[in-house]
Amino acid sequence: MSDRPVMPVQEPAVRAHNFKEVALGLTEEQAVEEATRCLNCRNKPCVQGCPVGINIPEFLQHLKNRDFKGAYDVIAESSNLPAVCGRVCPQESQCESLCTRRFKQKPIAIGMCERFVADWKNAHDEPAVKPESNGIKVAVIGSGPSGLTAAGDLAKKGYDVTVFEALHEIGGVLVYGIPEFRLPKSIVAKEVEKLGQLGVKIVKDVVIGRSESIDDLFEQGFQAVFVGTGAGLPMFMKIPGENYNGVLSANEFLTRINLMKAYKENNPTPVVHGKKVAVVGGGNVAMDACRSALRLGAEHVYIIYRRSEEELPARREEYEHAVEEGIDFRFLTNPVEIKGDANFNVTGIRCVKMELGEPDASGRRRPIAIEGSEYDIDVDVVIMALGTTPNPLIKNTTPDIEVNRRGGIVVNEGGKTSKEAVYAGGDAVTGAATVIKAMGAGKVAAASIDEYFKNN
Amino acid sequence: MFEILQKDSLNPTVTRMVIDAPYVAKKGQPGQFIILRVNENGERIPLTIADADPATGRVTIIYQIVGATTYELDQLNVGDCLQDFVGPLGKPSELEGLKKVAVVGGGVGCAIAYPIAKKLHEMGCEVHSIVGFRNTDLIILEDEFKACSTKYIQMTDDGSNGHKGLVTNALEDLLQAGEQYDEVITIGPLIMMKFVVALTKKYNVKTIVSMNPIMIDGTGMCGGCRLTVGGEMKFACIDGPDFDGFEVDFDEAMKRSRMYFAEERKAYDAACNLYKKEVL
Repeated sequence: MSDRPVMPVQEPAVRAHNFKEVALGLTEEQAVEEATRCLNCRNKPCVQGCPVGINIPEFLQHLKNRDFKGAYDVIAESSNLPAVCGRVCPQESQCESLCTRRFKQKPIAIGMCERFVADWKNAHDEPAVKPESNGIKVAVIGSGPSGLTAAGDLAKKGYDVTVFEALHEIGGVLVYGIPEFRLPKSIVAKEVEKLGQLGVKIVKDVVIGRSESIDDLFEQGFQAVFVGTGAGLPMFMKIPGENYNGVLSANEFLTRINLMKAYKENNPTPVVHGKKVAVVGGGNVAMDACRSALRLGAEHVYIIYRRSEEELPARREEYEHAVEEGIDFRFLTNPVEIKGDANFNVTGIRCVKMELGEPDASGRRRPIAIEGSEYDIDVDVVIMALGTTPNPLIKNTTPDIEVNRRGGIVVNEGGKTSKEAVYAGGDAVTGAATVIKAMGAGKVAAASIDEYFKNN
Repeated sequence: MFEILQKDSLNPTVTRMVIDAPYVAKKGQPGQFIILRVNENGERIPLTIADADPATGRVTIIYQIVGATTYELDQLNVGDCLQDFVGPLGKPSELEGLKKVAVVGGGVGCAIAYPIAKKLHEMGCEVHSIVGFRNTDLIILEDEFKACSTKYIQMTDDGSNGHKGLVTNALEDLLQAGEQYDEVITIGPLIMMKFVVALTKKYNVKTIVSMNPIMIDGTGMCGGCRLTVGGEMKFACIDGPDFDGFEVDFDEAMKRSRMYFAEERKAYDAACNLYKKEVL
């Protein structure tokens, strides 16, 4: 019997110097063969692990029978962005972690199969059919994963949806955050195009909270609003030297590279080209930042993470890819100071070694500094990938929306905020999380909005 | 797309443009800014709103040609369109309740200071405007300032307008003569604002400064515009751009403003060369 396929990838030594996609996708034979391993369990444990509830065994059965369109249609019932999810979801901690096959073999490569089906569909595309309009106008604020999902679901139900985006491109974190080598921009553009076919209108360059308020939207005839404004202010460590030139947030670094296209040769966007780069943090954003720094020509790139390899929050595949590419992981290490020269440029980072103590509120063992273990690493760039706090713009300009202590918008289980007909989801509610969780929240809110109109 | 409706030159390097941008015009207030991109591959640059008319949807910007993007912007003419024009961003200046204010502008910073002076005047506040330029050829908005100011003092570095000196000299003269201001509002080069604050601290007059650091999104996402204010990290796009001048770490802000200096210079030279070649 065959076992889980190995994703074909660009060789580490080659890909470390380009921004082309790392994972090349399964071949048709690989995908079909992998689908035959699915036991088609009656209780479908994998579906429980999917934040948007894709009927995974059913799409795999279609795939097994080489009915690729059928497989796509099953996925599309639940997910508006399958080509994205197949690439960026942490399947190992979601659907695949519950696969029955895992007891005796490796779990089914659900993510790779999803990507295959979605890419097949994109290559054999036919325009989506615009559903009949029900005449109800709904505004979606933010065009990231939660907003696009809510917009897609509502459009499929016949709502007249307008998406407002503050930036000049559609996709939120999918275009400003996640790099080309992990999620090509053309994939995002394709998914957005499908929303257009469903009748979703998109308005760029409008900042809700500044250009228009939520109440203005209601005055203009929108009858419900979904807030998917995403994560906002990047966090810093509050250690000495953080404002030296050469210290930047991962958001800034990745935005310059992705949204502002510094990854393309001859692009005018200025970006720091460090020779020795330290990225602080252990999540997916940290992985994206360290691998981007490498691709911009850095000679040596460190990840500095205060816990151990076991607690690393990044997707397993990203971590493995980063190791293969030569990223130097310094686990159980925490920065205490950034050093600079008289010209205000970074020259190094002083770190302290850590050990793990008792579990903290997150259930993970708390890192504790080992006294006297400080040591210096010579670097010329430090990138802080420590997470973000929710964007305060909506909070500050819509006083009747309740927020929690951390600034996240408070919602009920249906994604409803404290303000009438206003729903929210994604990082604006939870703080920094994953693409798929944001999509799940967009989905829940879209269903609640539909229910709201059915009951009113 | 955002059409350029008017364009006129205020001095050899400073240009005024009126842009058709109803979303920005509707809510734009003095002190707020916009972010624009000239073309599909352009960078995002912040510029302060010089005027916004909700009735016509027109927004006025005033810029100095300092780098590649402002150079490219200046190649456009009436009828051309900007790729992106988003705003208003940042908090409006807090002008409520002010009775007497000294507005101190330097260079192209006067373009930002003027709408504040005008708004204060309209609100019935007594405005003393002090403006400074390198030389007399660079003076902008003289009539506009005069129309809204009880006192208008114009200084030049080289004395070519007959008043040689810095804005701080003029401000100190007024303070020494016993003028009592509710606030000093100062906008201009960082070094000028630093010295204005050093002076007003001496006289203990509350001073508001307008910061214009490096910025990408302008909505609180990138953290590039961070400043140290009162010992804390602040983001100019969300917390500002106006700050209490006594609290701002100007030395740090000046060093941070030069972060991409080499790249910016290269891009500027490249842009100039490109257009020169096209002309030939």
